Amino acid sequence: MIRGVIIGQYYPVRSTVHSMDPRAKILIATIFMVVLFVGNNFYCFLAMGLFAVLAVVLSKVPWHVVIRTVRPMLFILIFTLVLHLFLTPGPVLFRMGPVTATWSGLVQGLFIGTRLVILIMFTSLLTLTTSPVELTDGLEDVLRPFSRLGVPHHELAMMMTIALRFIPTLLEEADRIMKAQMARGADFQSGNMLNRARNLAPLLVPLFVSAFRRADELALAMEARCYRGGEGRTRMKKLEMHRADYVGILLVVLASVLVVYLRIKFGPVIRGTV
Amino acid sequence: MPIELQHVTYDYMPGTPSQVRALDDVCMTIQDGEFLGLIGPTGSGKSTLIQHLNGLLVPTSGRVLVDGLDTRAKGADLRRLRQKVGLVFQYPEDQVFEETVYEDIAFGPKNLGVPAEEIEERVREAMALVGLPDSLMKRSPFELSGGQLRRVALAGVLAMRPEVLVLDEPTAGLDPLGKREILGHIRRLHERGLTVVMVSHNMEEVARLADRLVVLDHGRIVLSGTPREVFAQGELLESIGLDIPDVTKMMRELRKRGWPVRTDVLTLEEAYEEISRYLAGTKAGGVR
Amino acid sequence: MNGDNRAVVAEALVHTYGPDESSGVTALSGVDLEIKRGEFVCIIGPNGSGKSTLARHLNALLLPTSGRVLVFGMDTRDERNLWEIRRTAGMVFQNPDNQMVATVVEEDVAFGPENLGIKPEEIRQRVSDALKAVGMEDFSRASPHFLSGGQKQRVAIAGVLAMMPSVIVLDEPTAMLDPKGRKEVMETLARLNKEKGITVVHITHHMDEAVHADRVIVMYEGKVVLSGPPTEVFSKTEDLAKWGLDVPFVARLGDMLRKSGFEVSRSALTVEEMVDELCRLSSST
Repeated sequence: MIRGVIIGQYYPVRSTVHSMDPRAKILIATIFMVVLFVGNNFYCFLAMGLFAVLAVVLSKVPWHVVIRTVRPMLFILIFTLVLHLFLTPGPVLFRMGPVTATWSGLVQGLFIGTRLVILIMFTSLLTLTTSPVELTDGLEDVLRPFSRLGVPHHELAMMMTIALRFIPTLLEEADRIMKAQMARGADFQSGNMLNRARNLAPLLVPLFVSAFRRADELALAMEARCYRGGEGRTRMKKLEMHRADYVGILLVVLASVLVVYLRIKFGPVIRGTV
Repeated sequence: MPIELQHVTYDYMPGTPSQVRALDDVCMTIQDGEFLGLIGPTGSGKSTLIQHLNGLLVPTSGRVLVDGLDTRAKGADLRRLRQKVGLVFQYPEDQVFEETVYEDIAFGPKNLGVPAEEIEERVREAMALVGLPDSLMKRSPFELSGGQLRRVALAGVLAMRPEVLVLDEPTAGLDPLGKREILGHIRRLHERGLTVVMVSHNMEEVARLADRLVVLDHGRIVLSGTPREVFAQGELLESIGLDIPDVTKMMRELRKRGWPVRTDVLTLEEAYEEISRYLAGTKAGGVR
Repeated sequence: MNGDNRAVVAEALVHTYGPDESSGVTALSGVDLEIKRGEFVCIIGPNGSGKSTLARHLNALLLPTSGRVLVFGMDTRDERNLWEIRRTAGMVFQNPDNQMVATVVEEDVAFGPENLGIKPEEIRQRVSDALKAVGMEDFSRASPHFLSGGQKQRVAIAGVLAMMPSVIVLDEPTAMLDPKGRKEVMETLARLNKEKGITVVHITHHMDEAVHADRVIVMYEGKVVLSGPPTEVFSKTEDLAKWGLDVPFVARLGDMLRKSGFEVSRSALTVEEMVDELCRLSSST
C-alpha cells in the first residue's frame, strides 16, 4: 500500500513531458499553482484547464490514470462543495429543513471545486511523469538558491534519496519481523485500539533497532566512500534544459499573462468575492 | 504429529501482473521424529514452504495437514498450531525486543496463556537447552554477542515447547565456533525427540545432520531421499546451482579418474578409509 | 611513492573502544602487519578477534589508540591524508543492503567519485568501467532492491573501484550470501587482483575462501597469531581448532593421509588439487 503511494505513482512511458528536465517541471508546476490562485473566474480556469489538458495529452499518461489521482480527494471535494452551497448567502436555490442552498453557493462551490481538481491533476502529472530519483535531483537544484537562507538543499535531497532507497527494504523487514512474532503466538489483529497499539511493540521495537543499525552502517559506508556533505561534490548526472523545457516555461508564462488579463477583464465570479 | 502437504501451490500477489508462483504442487510428509533437511537455490521456495508448516501462509490451492488439521480450515486454532510447530526465522536475533533475556524468551509462552508460575520454569528449561547460563537472564539482549543472541531467539521458540522445530538457515552469518555450537544444540534437541526441519545452504551441515533431504527448485520438489541418495545425484544438484559437499565432489572426481572408490561418501573419515584402502594397494602404498 | 612496495603497514597498533584506555575494551592489542602491493591477503579469526576493527583502521574510519597505520605511506593519524586514504583504500562491508545509497545501481557506483568532486563526464566513464569490471554492466539502471546478494556486493565493489583505489578491504563480504553469491564475489576479487593488480584484504569466516590467497593472517584476541601461505597456515590443524577455526576438509584429509605415511603434498588444498595429488601419488613410483 505505502509502496504504491510513494513509488507506484510514476507512470513509465516515453513522452515529451517525461523527458523534460525535472527542474523545468517543478518550476512550471509552481507557477501553475500560483496562477491558479490568481484566477478568479471561470474564464481563467478555462485557460488553465486547457493548459492542463495539453500537458496531459503530451505526457501520454492515460486519462483514467490522471483522473484516478483525484479519487482520494473526492471526499474533500464534495465536502467543500456542500459547505459553500449551504453557507454562502445569496438568492435561494432550495431549502432542506433548517438549511438553505443558494445560487451563489453553488457557483462558489463549483468554482473552488474546479480549482481543486485542476490543482490535483496538474501536480499529480508532475509525479506521474517524473521518477522519484529525478524529482529528488530536480529539487536539490531548484532549492540551491535558497541555501543562503539556510535551506539545507543537499541534505534534504540526500535524505529523500536514502528514504526512497530504504522504504522497500524496511517494508520487507517489517513483514518478516511480524511473521516471526506471529510464530511466537503474537496477535496483531484482535483486541481494541489500545491493546492493538500496545501489541505493536514486538514489531516496532525490532524495526527501530534494525533501522538504527542500518543507519549506522550506512553512515560508516558513506564515510568510507569519502562522503563529507554537499561541499565539493559533483554529480554524474548533469541536468540539462532543452528546447522542450524552455518552450514549457514560456507557455506557462504566457498562460499566466492570459489569466491576469482575464482576471482584470471579467472580474470575480461573484461580485464582492476575491 | 506428522505434517502433510498435499498438492500445495502458492502464488504471491495472485491476480496481479506481478503474480509469482512460489510453490508448485508440492507433496510431502514430515514424519514424527525425523530430521529433514530442506535445500535448494535462493528463490526456490524453501522459505515459503516452511511458512506453510505453521499456518503463517496458507496454500493458494492444495492443503497442509498438521496432525490431521487443515491449516486453511475456518476457525483453525492458529495459536495452538504455532505452539506445536515452532518456526525460527533466518537471523532470528532481529525479532528480539524485550528489555531482558528472560522477558524475551517468555514472550511466546505468555502469548499462549501459560500460567505465570510455569513460565519461569519454561524459560530456564529453554535456556538450558541452548546452553545459555542462567546468569544472562536479567541482562539486556542487546548486550549479548551475535551467537548468544541467536540462541536467545531459539530459546524463545523452544519455550513454547513445540513438537516440530523448523529452522531457516540457523547458522547464517555466524563464525565457525558459533556455527558448531548452534548445530550441536539442534542435534541434541533432535536426539531428545523433537522433529526438526532445517533449511540450509550449507551442504556439509545437512549431509551430516539430516535423515532425509528434500531438494526444491522453482517451487517444485526435484529430489528427495537420504543424504547419500541425494548427493549421489551430483550432476542434477549442480545443474540447479547447488553445491555438493567437497567430500562427495572429490570421490566422484576420483571415480572418474578410474579409482574404484565409493561415491556415496559423506564424512571425512569415510573418505579417508576409501582413499587409504586404495592407495595402500598401489605403488604409493609400497613406498610406505 | 618512495619505492616502498608495502601497501599497508600497521605498527604496534592498539585500539581501545570506550572512553579511555583503562576502562575501555581493547580490540587490538599490538598488531604488527605488512601487506605488500598486489598481494591477496585473507584475514581469518573468530568473532571478537579484532578483524573488523583492524579493517576499519586501514581506511581511517578508526584511528589508533596507540601505534600507527600507514596506507601507501600515508599515516592515518594525519588528518590531511584522510580523504586520500579513503580513496586509496576502498571498503566493502558485510551487509550488502546497508552500504547502498542510491536507488539506481549506476548512481550508487557514482557516489564515491561524486564525493571526490570528479567531472561528470569522467564519472560516467568510471562508472561504466567499474560496472564492467564486476560484470554488472547490464544492471546499470536497475534498482538495488531487485538484485541478489551477490550482485549487490559486486555493485558495492564497483562503487569502490570507481574511486580508483589501490587496495580494497572487505569486511566479511560473503557472510550473508548464498554459495552462488559467494562464488561471484570471490571470482570478482581474484580477477581484480590478477588483472588490475589491486591489493585485496579479504576478511572471512569461510576457510575455503582463504585457500587461494597469497597469504592467510590469523587473528585471535586482538593479535596476529599466525601469518603465512595457506599451505602453511592450514597445516596447523591443532592450533586452528584451538582458536575456534575450521580447517578446510581437503587440508584435514591430507593431514590424516600424511599421518598414515602417504606422502601427500601440503600444497593440495582444494578438491581439484587433492585429486591431482592423489592420482600422482597412486601412479608414481
